[in-house]
Amino acid sequence: MLNNLTTPHEYPGKLFVVEGIDGSGKTTQLALLAKWLSAAGHPVFVTEWNSSALVKAATKAGKKKNALTPMTFSLLHATDFADRLLYNVIPPLKAGMIVLADRYAYTAFARDAARGVDRHWVRELYSFAVRPDMAVYFRVPIEVSTDRLLARRVKLKFYEAGLDMGWSSNAVESFRMFQGKVLDEYDRLVDEFDLSVVNATGSITDQQRTFRKLVAQHLEIEDDDEQLDEQPG
Amino acid sequence: MTTNSSTSSLVDNGGDGARPGSYYGNGIPYLPIDGYPGKIIAVEGTDGVGRSTQISLLREWLEVQGYGVIETGWTRSELMKPTIELAKASNTLNKLTFVLLYATDFADRLEKEIIPALKAGFIVLSDRYIFTALARAGVRGVDRTWVRSLYGFAIAPHQVFYLKIDEKTLIRRVLQSRGMDYWESGMDMKLGDDIYESFRAYQRSLLREYASMADEFGFRVLDARRKVDVIQDELRRQIGAFLAEAENSAVKTEESHV
Repeated sequence: MLNNLTTPHEYPGKLFVVEGIDGSGKTTQLALLAKWLSAAGHPVFVTEWNSSALVKAATKAGKKKNALTPMTFSLLHATDFADRLLYNVIPPLKAGMIVLADRYAYTAFARDAARGVDRHWVRELYSFAVRPDMAVYFRVPIEVSTDRLLARRVKLKFYEAGLDMGWSSNAVESFRMFQGKVLDEYDRLVDEFDLSVVNATGSITDQQRTFRKLVAQHLEIEDDDEQLDEQPG
Repeated sequence: MTTNSSTSSLVDNGGDGARPGSYYGNGIPYLPIDGYPGKIIAVEGTDGVGRSTQISLLREWLEVQGYGVIETGWTRSELMKPTIELAKASNTLNKLTFVLLYATDFADRLEKEIIPALKAGFIVLSDRYIFTALARAGVRGVDRTWVRSLYGFAIAPHQVFYLKIDEKTLIRRVLQSRGMDYWESGMDMKLGDDIYESFRAYQRSLLREYASMADEFGFRVLDARRKVDVIQDELRRQIGAFLAEAENSAVKTEESHV
């Protein structure tokens, strides 16, 4: 079996991942981190979950007709992931860049298992993934994330709210039930894959400080001075 | 008669292979399929071996006898067909996404066509099955254990017929029928500039892959260079024997319950 996801990679670049349910604030945190890294002169590359052109047509068609089953939902996302890994993650890592991934294989582990797909199977499916240098999980209670999403007047999407499971026809209720299961799955992943947990109920600035400290441990240039040492080549 | 089909093992789960009609691996936990009355009969083989001709003759023969039959074939899912065609046309596939798109197509057909048909007691005639995917992935050097684990959600067919031909015949038949296409010539594998040589090398390694699966999955190997009706007779003999046996044991189980 491939064991890339459990073995450290040997690329010169760094891969940092944020994870969390919808409304956990991870995307905001990642954007602020990218600002900080870029300002410090690091070449940064951001890649988002489910964004490859390859499977867009199928995902879109499937979602529109609500035609995706938990298995095809899982496999389409894995296809998207494989496409992005080979074009958007590995090349920048080889070029020594910092790759920031908004969601990673752990999202699949949590969501697919919450939909009733076999846990072991999904892990094997993603065993070709590159192990991140660090994966940060922004943990938030359901009530907080729901409030945030509703305050933004975000219309809860069919699959994100788990409406495909038919547990409740009320989108908010279904979201709570489904994301609750996703949270349980994330909790399993923390130990299994050594995720760093950040309490995502705190202020944006506090969270960002914690996040930057965590990331700095993986970068040799913790303080600004050393950056000035220019190296030839 | 049917002993060799029970020895297949897709996932190394301690040595006990999958029974026909059950999942190879852990399967789809939310879709238990135990005890479904339908049967899967797969006809495998490379291009140009006459699979579809044999399948339509089989369908006719089975329906005349009163069996409900559905056909399913590779990349025919409503969900994935347009995407696979688009991806092939734009050459943006790499070996992993190639394997995963086919697996998605298969999953869609499995859940929406094959499993409902098995539940309702149909005979599913499958024009190619997962073995085509395993062969193509194998030729492209994708990790064998990974692909087998990926297809752990597939159901072991009750019978797999492998229509076998030799390299020379295969090449001539493909050239005659539809010529060399980019993917089926393995041009993505960059085996060389000479298209014919690339095509030949690709078909040769495909044949080798199929051959290596014959034991692993209990293929019933038929020489596909023979006449259509000779092959059809052989298929009918083996399928007929299997269905008769299955009906007998079903009757026995029913009687023992009474």
